[in-house]
Amino acid sequence: MSSSPSLRPPVVRVDALRWLRENLFSGPINTALTLVALYLLWRFVPPVLGWLFFDATWQGSSRADCHPGGACWIFIGQRFGQFLYGFYPAEERWRVNLAALSIILLAVPLFFSRLPQRRRWAIGYFLFTPVLVWWLLYGAGILGLPTVSTDQWGGLMLTLVIAAVGIAGALPLGILLALGRRSQLPAIKIVCITFIEFWRGVPLITVLFMSSVMLPLFLPEQMSIDKLVRALIAVILFEAAYLAEVVRGGLQAIPKGQYEAAHALGLSYWQSMGLVILPQALRLVIPGIVNTFIALFKDTSLVIIIGLADFFTTVHRATVAPEWLGFSTEGYVFAAFVYFLFCFGMSRYSIALEKRLARSEKR
Amino acid sequence: MELMEETLTRLESHKTQEVMILMEHVNKWYHDFHVLKDIDLTVMAGERIVICGPSGSGKSTLIRCINRLEAHQRGRIVVDGIELTEDVKAIDAIRREVGMVFQHFNLFPHLTVLENCTLAPIWVKKMPKKEAEALALQYLQRVRIADQAHKYPGQLSGGQQQRVAIARALCMKPKIMLFDEPTSALDPEMVKEVLDTMIELAAEGMTMLCVTHEMGFARTVADRVIFMDRGEIVEQAPPEEFFLHPKEERTRRFLGQILHH
Repeated sequence: MSSSPSLRPPVVRVDALRWLRENLFSGPINTALTLVALYLLWRFVPPVLGWLFFDATWQGSSRADCHPGGACWIFIGQRFGQFLYGFYPAEERWRVNLAALSIILLAVPLFFSRLPQRRRWAIGYFLFTPVLVWWLLYGAGILGLPTVSTDQWGGLMLTLVIAAVGIAGALPLGILLALGRRSQLPAIKIVCITFIEFWRGVPLITVLFMSSVMLPLFLPEQMSIDKLVRALIAVILFEAAYLAEVVRGGLQAIPKGQYEAAHALGLSYWQSMGLVILPQALRLVIPGIVNTFIALFKDTSLVIIIGLADFFTTVHRATVAPEWLGFSTEGYVFAAFVYFLFCFGMSRYSIALEKRLARSEKR
Repeated sequence: MELMEETLTRLESHKTQEVMILMEHVNKWYHDFHVLKDIDLTVMAGERIVICGPSGSGKSTLIRCINRLEAHQRGRIVVDGIELTEDVKAIDAIRREVGMVFQHFNLFPHLTVLENCTLAPIWVKKMPKKEAEALALQYLQRVRIADQAHKYPGQLSGGQQQRVAIARALCMKPKIMLFDEPTSALDPEMVKEVLDTMIELAAEGMTMLCVTHEMGFARTVADRVIFMDRGEIVEQAPPEEFFLHPKEERTRRFLGQILHH
């Protein structure tokens, strides 16, 4: 184009020795810290890896096969079915698998952003899948599926049911509460503030306890609500209060001009919120929302207080059963690993989502 | 420019005697502060009005009362035969007739240029998507930005964004356009492209109320220039008269400040 030579940016050479000097040994304090860290790593990493993998027992069928000195993963293998399904009858477990499979497979089209009918599919998915999954898991004798009462639900399946229903119920309710708290109608505003402050002020464990012990006292005797349903409602209301505050943070970050432009174009309140304000506000608070979801996922383990055997409780019970007594470390390490997988997965998904949304606006 | 003025004079004769906006004894307070004092204003269909005045004089508030972004507390406002009251239906009906362009554009950053333009026609007028897109492209063409239709507002310059904002408002086919300091947030080199768009719009006979300090624009386009100060309409006159023979002392002082800079 022009005759003037364009300058190239200076090339930074990546040199291992230089990198070490700059990052690890840049001064006496850093050098000392590096050496201490190296010592600690050398001291602790090999034994942990040895216990987890190299000295561990992977194959066998009873505790007699376990080698001393390493973890005995036979325990996990032997009890895997119980960890996944709780006391769900073995011959009916295919229903849980089918439910999980349909949740995943039916969701696949949602991830193709080019699909023309995507919005319609999403609405159908969120209306139809819960019914399908409820039918598969509970049965209720409809179309020949025998009832599996919620007392028999347990393990990872129960954890996922509580977390999924909690998330799916708490997010819309939280959004409505956040909008209500910013409403100009005093009655709605007061109701929302009271609701949020009440649920935020009470520990989840108290809420669960009250739902199972206190609530029946107030209800007429012949009326009983399923224990799991009560727990689900408690989780939804509790987490909705937290999400409401997260979403409110996002709403406050949207400039007034966006509301004005939406109004000036003649959009109604719900149209302005649904089409203009919320898509922007929710995008801003994805990290906060996912944070709440992760906390919710881990909080599901509190349902032990009302006698539901979620994933953690199932693992815990297996470790105190006589035939595997003494293998609690393996049990808890495995439980921690599974919780971590799900929470880390959610975290990575939220980062990917943020990146994708940011890209679509800038490029 | 000559051609433009010819069109403008030709339109003069076509102007109907239909009243578009009627404001009678309009008063508004922010707490104790009296922002609008007994405003009386009649705007005829096709009339182009420029409102100027020092900051804080109530000029923005005045036009924002017309589409109820601000509520007046006393007096009457009638827009295209509909009286503005608390009634949400009346407000919605008026907002459908009145387009607005803001100082800071206020485009929706999460939507493309095209989606910004089709949003209201699709959701408010229930227009089929295809039709709304064709309409939007037609208006984007008119503000000479159709080639950017699939970009996001953040990728455009200020002048381009403001032209999109004008197209977005036009897609609702409003009878009245309100401009709230449309060029004051723009870099100087982008002011002209926006003003040119507005001049074209004026030439087409749109009823326009424009809060601006662009006195060149006022001279070319306005039928009437209104000067506001401290919540009152101090003086209103056709541009030649307004600029050459201002009657009020306050107007003269204001003109002195903005013209001799």
